[in-house]
Amino acid sequence: MKKLMLLTSGIALCAATMAFANDDLISQMENPAQWAIQTGDYKNQRYSQLDQISAENVGDLQVAWTFSTGVLRGHEGSPLVIGDVMYVHTPFPNIVYALDLANDGKILWKYEPKQDPNVIPVMCCDTVNRGVAYAEGKIFLHQADTKVVALDAGTGAVVWEVQNGDPSIGETNTATVLPIKDKVIVGISGGEFGVRGSVTAYDMNSGEQVWRAYSMGPDEDILVDPEKTTHLGTPVGADSGTNTWEGDQWTIGGGTTWGWYSADLEENLMYYGTGNPSTWNPAQRPGDNRWSMTIMARDIDTGIARWFYQMTPHDEWDYDGINEMILTEQEIGGETRKLLTHFDRNGLAYTMDRVTGELLVAEKFDPAVNWTTGVEMDSGKEEYGRPYVVAQYSTEQNGEDVNSTGICPAALGTKDQQPAAYSPKTQLMYVPTNHVCMDYEPFRVSYTAGQPYVGATLAMYPAPDSHGGMGNFIAWDNVTGEIKWSIPEQFSVWSGALATAGDVVFYGTLEGYLKAIHAETGEELYSFKTPSGIIGNVMTYESGGKQYVGILSGVGGWAGIGLAAGLTNPNDGLGAVGGYAALSDYTALGGQLTVFALPN
Amino acid sequence: MNYAIRLVAIGLVTGLPIAATADNLTAAYSEDGRYYTDDDVPTYNIGEDGTVDWLTYSGFRRYHSECHVCHGPEGEGSTYAPALKVSAIDMDYYDFVDVVTNGIQKVSAAEQSVMPGFGENPNVMCYLDDIYVYLKARGADVVPRGRPPKKEKKSDVIREDENACLGT
Repeated sequence: MKKLMLLTSGIALCAATMAFANDDLISQMENPAQWAIQTGDYKNQRYSQLDQISAENVGDLQVAWTFSTGVLRGHEGSPLVIGDVMYVHTPFPNIVYALDLANDGKILWKYEPKQDPNVIPVMCCDTVNRGVAYAEGKIFLHQADTKVVALDAGTGAVVWEVQNGDPSIGETNTATVLPIKDKVIVGISGGEFGVRGSVTAYDMNSGEQVWRAYSMGPDEDILVDPEKTTHLGTPVGADSGTNTWEGDQWTIGGGTTWGWYSADLEENLMYYGTGNPSTWNPAQRPGDNRWSMTIMARDIDTGIARWFYQMTPHDEWDYDGINEMILTEQEIGGETRKLLTHFDRNGLAYTMDRVTGELLVAEKFDPAVNWTTGVEMDSGKEEYGRPYVVAQYSTEQNGEDVNSTGICPAALGTKDQQPAAYSPKTQLMYVPTNHVCMDYEPFRVSYTAGQPYVGATLAMYPAPDSHGGMGNFIAWDNVTGEIKWSIPEQFSVWSGALATAGDVVFYGTLEGYLKAIHAETGEELYSFKTPSGIIGNVMTYESGGKQYVGILSGVGGWAGIGLAAGLTNPNDGLGAVGGYAALSDYTALGGQLTVFALPN
Repeated sequence: MNYAIRLVAIGLVTGLPIAATADNLTAAYSEDGRYYTDDDVPTYNIGEDGTVDWLTYSGFRRYHSECHVCHGPEGEGSTYAPALKVSAIDMDYYDFVDVVTNGIQKVSAAEQSVMPGFGENPNVMCYLDDIYVYLKARGADVVPRGRPPKKEKKSDVIREDENACLGT
């Protein structure tokens, strides 16, 4: 049952435009000729008003120019475009290039940080980086070794730098940062190393730390007001970040913050999700493990939490909750509300009221999802908001040293960080997904600082009794909680989508194809095979009156680990070797930007 | 004891066929559920019905906990880390142990490969031989991909050694 509750705070929707400290980035984002932030805008809609490239003419698309990044391994994120300059980043060693779009992409400056290579192996799943950010004449880079650097956008000179974490205990970074108001807000990676996740706000002009909010720990660490911070409408109470853990396990509790950040300036709130609790062996950490696996809404200025929603209490499958929060204003239950939509790794898509944290919709966005029968939507029940776990697929109930088989989705989730797009024209969300299931055997591990802290053996394979592929690209109605249409893909779709006013949706595939489809029907309109597999996000911009579409190629990341050699189906028994296509048969390492345009 | 005599003696005790020529794969003798080549290097033992020795099975589990996130499923390699099923065959056992314990770096303009040292990680070091023999079995193509369906029992000595190593 989808419970809808009338709200009194709807008046906030028509609040007048207000002045903010960082008007610069806001006006840059409002200019559709630019791609001023990785997420398209603060709402993470990844929607462009540009319509020169349309459903009618996208079939004529051509490669306009290309650029080699000089680095191999997984290329996530996308370039930015501010004015006539494009900013391109790379995986480790995290080079940043400024390219002159008015001069055939001539390199204006290049910044290459010096980083200790010992950070490479403590990055769990390849040395990816999801891109730089821009505000007030500065480019913000969050390096693999957790150093945050502000560069002069005009010269590449370092304005300030600050060390956010400690790689020697497994703290690393893969995410972009959120520049907002007078702050730069950054996260941290390392859930597979027992890192305690946090989000930190630095002063945009000086790099001084303003606040830090941990995902678990004492109230003063997690920045809550026990009486005012709510979980599904109820105050969280005192010690909520420690009282669902045994002893001091919260100190190595995980809940890292390596995903995307969105924000609503009218509410003065920022939104993000926290990752899995450490270890992957649930028997070793009894309790709900709050606030891992949680959607968080925090005050931008103070970091104090307005509301939390824990999606997967006591995770048993590594379903990190870090995926993007897409903010929309839509009619639901006969009323226009401020919504937050989140496609979780656990295979459920959540639609919430982003002001109050009320849960409105929680539905599976892949029919293969089987670990839960669904979420309790009745606020009168004790289980309100909790997923009902199917005993057969519970690695906790089956116990340590038992191999739980046929769990869908696999640990990489029905969707990982690769961000979805939203078109206000169609009111649909376009979602890159994985269609992969797993066997999962947890066992006891001991913690050593800076060493992997995993504690489970996994085998992954394409969802059984389906189309045989490992991915889908779907259109999702976040108000009704239904799949509108679904395009089967041979491999997981690991590329961020882009929706445009030209009624075109773009995404990349692991084989390396950039695809353009019709926003209404999903019909394929264009495809081009780039030099390497795509795990980057599609972006668009306008230069000299012409619309361009850009995508980074460079296979790697989680997908490069699991799929490079192909997956097997252990249920096929002995002898079924390499029964499924290996990505290595289709593509090899690379690092290239390909930019498309219509012919002159 | 004379080397040749010892081999014969052990071969007689365990009833294993003795390889005509020394190699790095074939089990020459076993001790408390562990198998060794005639150079005393740990190795796998696969029964005719596909039953694997305990260490190979244990290595499957430990590999997929500790090594899989870089080196890919079943020792097959990833987009950026080598296929260890090949390394386990190509490398000398003691070199293999050295790399796992101390790590290795290949960092240049074209390559950024860094293997950390696991010397202080009991989840790896207490199962080093398990992981090694599993990868050797994978490289020799005597164990297919996926979970080995049948395994020998964990011997009491292996259990005691494991507890002592983990300090539990």
